[in-house]
Order: sequence, then C-alpha cells, then structure tokens
Amino acid sequence: MDVPAPATSQTLAPQRSGGSPEPVVTLSGVRFSWSGAAPFVIDIDSLRVTRGERVFLRGPSGSGKSTLLSLLAGVITPLAGTVRVLDRDIGTLGGAGRDRFRADHVGFIFQMFNLIPYLSVVENVCLPCGFSKRRKERAGREGGTVQAEAVRLLEHLDMGEAALLGRPVTELSVGQQQRVAAARALIGAPELVIADEPTSSLDADRRAAFLDLLFRECAREQAALIFVSHDASLAPLFDRTIQFADINRAFGPAPAPV
Amino acid sequence: MILTLAIKSLRNRKFTAVLTLLSIGLAVMLLLGVERLRSESRESFAATISGTDLVVGARSSPVHLLLFSVFRIGNATNNIRWDSYRAIAQRPEVAWTIPLSLGDSHRGFRVLGTTHEYFEHFRFGRDRKLELARGAVLEHMHDAVLGADVAVKLGYQPGDPILIAHGAGDVSFSLHEDQPFRVVGVLQRTGTPVDRTVHVTLQGMDAVHAQAAEDTFDPLAAAVRAGADEHEYHAEKNPKRAITAFLVGLKSRGAALSMQRLVTEYSEEPLTAILPGATLLEVWEIVGAAEKTLFAVSALVVVVGLAGMLVALLTSLSERRREMAVLRSVGARPMHIFALIMGEAAFLTLLGIALGIAALYLGLLAGRPWLESRLGLFIVVGWPSAYEFALMIVVAAAGVLIGLIPAYRIYRYSLADGMTIRI
Repeated sequence: MDVPAPATSQTLAPQRSGGSPEPVVTLSGVRFSWSGAAPFVIDIDSLRVTRGERVFLRGPSGSGKSTLLSLLAGVITPLAGTVRVLDRDIGTLGGAGRDRFRADHVGFIFQMFNLIPYLSVVENVCLPCGFSKRRKERAGREGGTVQAEAVRLLEHLDMGEAALLGRPVTELSVGQQQRVAAARALIGAPELVIADEPTSSLDADRRAAFLDLLFRECAREQAALIFVSHDASLAPLFDRTIQFADINRAFGPAPAPV
Repeated sequence: MILTLAIKSLRNRKFTAVLTLLSIGLAVMLLLGVERLRSESRESFAATISGTDLVVGARSSPVHLLLFSVFRIGNATNNIRWDSYRAIAQRPEVAWTIPLSLGDSHRGFRVLGTTHEYFEHFRFGRDRKLELARGAVLEHMHDAVLGADVAVKLGYQPGDPILIAHGAGDVSFSLHEDQPFRVVGVLQRTGTPVDRTVHVTLQGMDAVHAQAAEDTFDPLAAAVRAGADEHEYHAEKNPKRAITAFLVGLKSRGAALSMQRLVTEYSEEPLTAILPGATLLEVWEIVGAAEKTLFAVSALVVVVGLAGMLVALLTSLSERRREMAVLRSVGARPMHIFALIMGEAAFLTLLGIALGIAALYLGLLAGRPWLESRLGLFIVVGWPSAYEFALMIVVAAAGVLIGLIPAYRIYRYSLADGMTIRI
C-alpha cells in the first residue's frame, strides 16, 4: 500500500512557547453512560491529543468509540470529568454553545452516507460554513470565497474537474464521496478533524490515496486528526496508536494512562 | 440556509412533494371556490335589483315570485289582469310601476315584455340605472332592446331582425315568424340577468300572442290584435292584456308594509306582494344549509390534504435520520433540524395555497361564461376578499401546526441520535 511515511508527534505538533505541544483535546476522569448511572460505557482517566498530531484510535465494535467521538464533538456531555477541546471545557457550554463550538472547530468524516444527497458536490463541501461564521471567514480568507476554497480543496483531493463540482453526490463513486466528505471536514480549517472509520468501504488502492490526501491536508492546516478504525494495518501510518480498550476502563480490563 | 436546505430536500423528493402540493392546492381551490361562489352568488343576487319596494305577482310563494320575476329562474304559474295592475299602479302611494311580461324566449334568452318605465325606473347594484351602449330604447311596437350578453353572443347590431319563440327553452318549435322584431338598442353590461334578456314592448308581445291565438281561431286574441298599433307604442291601448308581474316603487318606503298588505288583500284577484330584500333573506335561509354543508365538505378536503402532507413528512423521517446526523456533525442544532422540517411543511403549505389560488382563478376565468350562461351567476374575478384571506391564513396556520408533529419527532431523534443513529 502506497502510504505516506509515519511521522512522530514531535515533528508535526507545534510547540508552545514553553516547549510542550499545544493540546487540542484533553480528557480527564471522563465517565459516561446512556442511562445516567453505572455501568459506564466510557470511563477514561486521561487522553491528550496535540495540534497537528495524527492519532489512530483502534478498538472493536461496541467498545464505545462512537460515544467518545460524540463527547469530543459536544453532542453529549460527560457525567463526570472534563472534556477540553482547544482549552475549552465543552461540558460547561450550553447545548447551543456546544453546537456552535463543534461547527467552528471540528470537522467530521463518517464511514458511509456522509453526504447530503440533495446537495451538489460543492454545496456539500460548503455546508459547514452555513453553520459557522468563523469557518466561513477562514474559508473566505483561504480561497477568496467559500466556493473558491471548496473548489481548491476538491482540487487537492483530485475532485476539481468542473464537471464533477455541480454533480449530485449520489452519482459519485464511494471513493469520490469520501474525498468530498474529507473536503467538507477540512473547509474553514478546523483545529480538530475526526474520522470515524472513513476507509472501511474503500478498496486498498482507494484507501491509500484517501489517507495520503487526508494527511496532506491536515498537515497543511496543522489540524489534529483522530482516526477511528478497527483495521490494525493502518496503525503504522499514524503518529500514535491508541488501543481503545487500554484507555477505556469501562471496556478493557487493564486501563493505562495515555 | 435552512430554507434553502428545505427546498432542495423537497426537490430531492419531487414525486411525494408534487403529490402533496397537488392535494393541498386542490383542497384550497375547492375551499376558496366554494366560498367565492357563495359570496359572489349572494352579491350577484343582491345587486340584481335595487330601489324597488315591492314585486307583485299572481298568488304564489314569495321566493318563487322573486326568482321568476327578478332572476328569470322558473316560470310564473299564473298572470295578473291588466286592470288589477292599473288599479294598484294608480294608488296615491305609488311613485312608479314597471309591468313585466315573461314566458317567451329568443334562442335561449328570455324575452321580457315591458314599457318605457323599465328604462326609467329600474335600478340595479347601488342605485345604478340602465344605460344604453348603443341605439335607442323601445319606441315602436316591434322594437327590441338587447342585454349586453345577448348582443355579444348572438352578434346582433341595431337594425337586425329577430324572432321570438313561445316558451323559455334553448330550442323552440313555436316561432312567431310573422311578427319579427327589430333590434333598436343594446344595453351596457350590468352583471345581472338583464344582460341575458331581450326587452320588447308589451304591445309587441300582445301582438305576437294575438297572432298565435288567431292562428287557432281565438276571437278574443283577434280582438286584441285589432287594437294594436303597428307604428306607435302605447302600452295602455290593450286593456285585456295580462302581465306576469310588476315592480313597484313607492313615494315613501315606509308605506311598503301597508301596501304589501293592501295588495295581498286585493279582492278582485289573488295577488302576492313581496319586499325583494326580505324575500332574498328567505332565499339565503333556504340555501344556507346547503352552503354550510358544502363548506364543511371542502374544509374536510383541506384537512385530508394537510393530513397527506403529515403522512409524507412522517414517512420520510426514518430514512432521513442519517441526513440529520450529518447536519448535526457540521454544526446544525436540533432547532435547525426542527426548523428544516417546519420549513418544508410551511413551504409545501404556502406553495399549495398559491397553487390553489392560481387554479381557482384559472378555473373562474375559464368557467365564467358557463356559470353566466347556465346558472346566471355573474362572477367578478377580483382580489381575494378579507374572508378569503382569513381562510388562507387559517389553512397556512393549520399546515404549520401540522408540521410541528414531524418537526418535533425529528427534533427528538436528533437530540437522541446526535451523530450516531440510535434505534
């Protein structure tokens, strides 16, 4: 598989003035259950992801990975502990505040059915800017206009052909759809990009190409990338691999601080 | 942003959206159409006669008398003797009278035998007098003045000869061929049954019937015909004639009730006198129940149309949960998701209403000639009335309220799902 060489977090993550890498995600003592009481589905003592870092989060289905992503996105809040994203304790924000924070700072790529079927390629990419003034301004600064920035990102992802831009996304192949989803996650330069098994429906060649493009764009924007998958073969491509069972006491028997 | 998404989402579900739009549009067209026909028919009826204090005819029901004498609907069961008419017309309370003789037709249009008083005293709408569009009023015995629709539909001009036929049907086999009339004038449009009437002189009418009677060797008819003046039009020359009804204008409106009693108690002949306004109220009472039923049915059709929208939106929800999760991931709040569905419901309802109004106006424009010719209903295609606007607002509000149901459900889903569908 033709994939970019792994880099260390030290080489990618920008340093604070004091020398330590700038944290994007910091979890401490986070517990969560859907019922509001024990048993918990998430019980993480600590987790830290820094700016520009590429983290591979690996774990079997049902281990609570998607719940952790919902906590990071502020869709749900922990029963105990703190979830800090960009130094903001997002548990202290109200519902609307968390939604706004997610729109401003987090880009998402899902496994499948990523795109809004009734929007064109460009409209799908521009979608986050409709909900975030901050990302709209940043996209405008990067490309002149939001649309121009969407086209620029699509060009970087080999999707810049004029014929493709206005096409309904339902006419695209799965690989093309994933690249559009990546462009949407990256528009407006969010500080955190979360990818939830985005390559599971791609063949090996497409997967390599997709990861190459994703890494390149995240590095360009210095975005932290949390990549969730149960495909162990991808682990060497990332700065760091976290076995989810190792950090989530609710699932694994022997948690270890990370 | 949300409205754009709502419209694009609906475009993505064109088939169900179009069906929903059609059902709402047709329901609104029906509701507003029923209301429009109701109000226009009332207005049209009310505008048909004005300034007339009493209508007098042979003894019959007041509604029947009003319908045949003023609205040309149905036929008289009996006539009034000329001397009875003269006796009442000469009462000191009476300012003017207009004798009416009905029962004949010309190519489907009613023929009215009357006198010059008709053109002087008859009023319609808000005290509007009959005006000539061209030509002159009745002067000679075989003169005819046409209502606006008669002239337009039959293409007649002053100077054209016309024949009248016995009876009121579209086709008659009993033409008075030896008594041709000549068109001398055409009235301006009134929006009342006058437009569909051929006006002739009472004397001409007498002559026609006398000739018809002579053909069957009726000595009385021959005597009437002998008294007719072929050149000069004098209504008073035939004391044996009978008329169908007459309109009465009083010097003082306050005398209407006493005059009505006087006519009803007239000893020489059984007569009925009605106050047109009061009898019109009776007509509305009779048709009121049917109007209410029709309105209730059309309102139910609106409910069915909106229920169709509810079903369409509700059935789309489960397949759209993933779409909502994607929107949540890019920063949409549950309220945005709520507003998206509400936007779709509002858009469908408002567009449905607009479609219904457009269809109604097209239908009215297309059906107006038929309504006029078949039902005698003169529809003014103008701006919607305040009541119609109120109905539209009620339908729009009902559509938005119905939209709350799927919107609230998707709101709950999006709160529970977040970015992961939880079933």
